[in-house]
Amino acid sequence: MNKYNPPRMNPSSLRSRFATRFLRTLSKINAQKPTSSSSPTEIFRRYRRIKAAADKSMAYSVRSRRTWSRAMLWKLRTRPCGRRSVKTSTIIKSREARKTRHEKQNKNTTTTTTTTTGEDGVVFGVEADELRELVPGGEAMDLYNLLDETAHYIKCLTTQVQVMKKIADFYSP
Amino acid sequence: MSSRRSGGSRISDDQIADLVSKLQQLIPELRGRRSNKASASKVLQETCNYIRNLHREVEDLSDRLSQLLASTDTDTDQAAILRSLLM
Repeated sequence: MNKYNPPRMNPSSLRSRFATRFLRTLSKINAQKPTSSSSPTEIFRRYRRIKAAADKSMAYSVRSRRTWSRAMLWKLRTRPCGRRSVKTSTIIKSREARKTRHEKQNKNTTTTTTTTTGEDGVVFGVEADELRELVPGGEAMDLYNLLDETAHYIKCLTTQVQVMKKIADFYSP
Repeated sequence: MSSRRSGGSRISDDQIADLVSKLQQLIPELRGRRSNKASASKVLQETCNYIRNLHREVEDLSDRLSQLLASTDTDTDQAAILRSLLM
């Protein structure tokens, strides 16, 4: 596998990879319909699975070429859509919390060194933290990578929304 | 401008500014601005809002799909959907 990241993503190939995967998963979810497929609980459960399928399909279509997709895949794997093992999730959460706290301490120093040079320097830090929470894996990124990953993440999210919209329109009466 | 950087080197303002303007182009709110340079904090702020909106759209669409799928068979439609999507 070549490690080279093309500077621009070809929207149609990402779109087709995502669409194919997502549709396949939708079929699987649909095939497991219980008899009371229209009860609110069932619909909610299906909503959760569809949302997870959409995020997962996108992350898999990007594979591990991006930090955010790696982070998302890791997150999705340790949190299966049905049962969640309490023990593992609490262990992972505490490990994550410790890591994030540790990273944050480092990040604070890194952020201040890179931002003191710009006139927006101080404000950068605050907004960047907010962005870090929104982008998967953002807590561990330095500012440069955060901005880079965010741009790619946004492109993928818009593709995801476009495809899901088309599918929903297709199935609308 | 070379985009190569070694791991330990300090990231230049220019590189950051480049990425910020790249982000600005992606956000509909800020794309049509005559002044092509919005402040960095504004760009980041709008980026956060935009991402939150996209997340919400994904949730709404998942919700819509979960209701629509209650009464359909998706297997046969896949080819048709793909064709209309990729045309």
